[in-house]
Amino acid sequence: MKGNEAIAEAAIRAGTDGYFGYPITPQSEVLEYLMAEKPHERTGMVVLQAESEVAAINMVYGGAGCGKKIMTSSSSPGISLKQEGITYIAGAELPCLILNVVRGGPGLGTIQPAQSDYFQATKGGGHGDYHLIVLAPSSVQEMADFVELAYDLAFKYRNPAMILSDGAIGQMMEKVWLKPQKERSKEAPEWATTGKTPDRERNIITSLDLDSNQQEQFNVKLQDKYREMKEKEVRYEEFQCDDAEYLLVAYGTSARVCQKAIQLAREEGIKAGLLRPITLFPFPTKEIRQMADQVKGMLSVEMSAGQMVEDVRLAVNGKVPVEHFGRMGGIVTNAEEVVESLKTKIIGG
Amino acid sequence: MAENISPKTIIKPENLVHKRSSVLTDKTMHYCPGCGHGTAHNVLAEVIDEMDIQQDTIGVTPVGCSVLMYNYLDLDMQEAAHGRAPALATAIKRLLPEKYVFTYQGDGDLAAIGTAETIHSCNRGENILIIFINNGIYGMTGGQMAPTTLEGMRSSTSPYGRDTQMMGNPLKMTDIVATLPGTYYVTRQSVHKPANVRKTRKAIRKAFEYQKLNKGTCFIEIVSNCPSGWKMTPVESNKWMEENMFPFYPLGDFKVPEDK
Repeated sequence: MKGNEAIAEAAIRAGTDGYFGYPITPQSEVLEYLMAEKPHERTGMVVLQAESEVAAINMVYGGAGCGKKIMTSSSSPGISLKQEGITYIAGAELPCLILNVVRGGPGLGTIQPAQSDYFQATKGGGHGDYHLIVLAPSSVQEMADFVELAYDLAFKYRNPAMILSDGAIGQMMEKVWLKPQKERSKEAPEWATTGKTPDRERNIITSLDLDSNQQEQFNVKLQDKYREMKEKEVRYEEFQCDDAEYLLVAYGTSARVCQKAIQLAREEGIKAGLLRPITLFPFPTKEIRQMADQVKGMLSVEMSAGQMVEDVRLAVNGKVPVEHFGRMGGIVTNAEEVVESLKTKIIGG
Repeated sequence: MAENISPKTIIKPENLVHKRSSVLTDKTMHYCPGCGHGTAHNVLAEVIDEMDIQQDTIGVTPVGCSVLMYNYLDLDMQEAAHGRAPALATAIKRLLPEKYVFTYQGDGDLAAIGTAETIHSCNRGENILIIFINNGIYGMTGGQMAPTTLEGMRSSTSPYGRDTQMMGNPLKMTDIVATLPGTYYVTRQSVHKPANVRKTRKAIRKAFEYQKLNKGTCFIEIVSNCPSGWKMTPVESNKWMEENMFPFYPLGDFKVPEDK
């Protein structure tokens, strides 16, 4: 299955209550697949093509406020449009799943894969002090698997979760094992707007507080939540790190390329390893810091001008050299280039 | 005869002709003296009360003067981003089809920044009620020009009067949505006089009845006043509204179901 199709099918099977989207390349297959599958007949799931990304994300807001499992998907320019809704959702502390199949930018950019939305995804994206939970799949299997993980984390923390994929993972075909159909939840969380019954106070979904002291307290609470995520929810994968003298740090498509690069490097006698962050927020800061005690240098490989490299540098805090290598504009980095860059920027540098 | 009615007689239960809706909370409303919002809230609360649908109703509030409406109605409510209320309501209604869902929006919210959401919700025929308060001005931000500000009307961003050559024309959203196949009941009312309040209450009641039957979007415009924004006394503002707003935004039904 294509990555985009796998995530759509996984969404139905995870018991998603509603999907609201708007077509944009390279992720239109998500909406197309859902429409073709008639999930309203399979599970009662609502699927709607909105008039814009702005409307779609605000439909997500409305649905999430009812305590439902709600999803949307888009690609970079569309995700920019969704930022207004995303900050409201974060401010109203609602869970939801947002898929970004990243393409090259800025502006309309290109329809080819890129990883240049890392800052937007991990640092907030919209206005105000907030973070998304950000998961980075590097295979079609993970596109499918992360749906349920994203919902679990989103509901646990009452916070929007994003699956940050890219055009390559979205479009590539791989074998995928899908979980069996999960029933849609019949119960709503106690904060959901489902109609005020006489036995409880009314539920209000809002991100507004005109009292500065209360708004500050709310912000402190959000920060506490993010701190807890950093302590408990970091996920990453190591590849040939045990004896590594040089560390590549990469996620998504770049992590796949780096696995090949490590093989090439080791054929040349260079002991390279890979740390692949699976959660980009919370970021595996501690783990990368620990690797700085072991390796002589790190190379952050991203299909961007260098965004995650800043978080790697913060983790390493000057202990060893950290450089960035990556192609932009929709060009996927190749393994030979990575090895070459490792040699010139880190080993030789 | 009037002199025979003592306070003691008046407070007897059998003489009760009107009581405060239990759907209203005890919170003091923040609206300016003479503003129509309070009456519109009250009418809406009364209908929800009389239909006994409080626990089945979910409201979506806008950004504008009525942003804090959720403090005044004892209902489950969601506070939308500016202009996006119909998008939220679309999802709420589709996910909870057995509930009554309404939005309450001002002219800036509905007719400027939320034009797309409004038109497309109406065009899809979402089974929601959209209540549109049109006072021709941005009240909350301090009296700026709205999409519905009349030609020649002064505001803080049209200090010499709205020049339609430069600033465009006032937008008649109710006329537009009435042309869309998805709308079922479209009307324009006011709440400045008891007779009008009664008509508005009737319209809201009808809209909720139609919603129960899944008939499509019901759209009720309430032409209202803004004494602070218009820089008038409440009485002057109502007179001005009758003389200037009503000729351009005439009251009455735009689309009524044929199968009555």
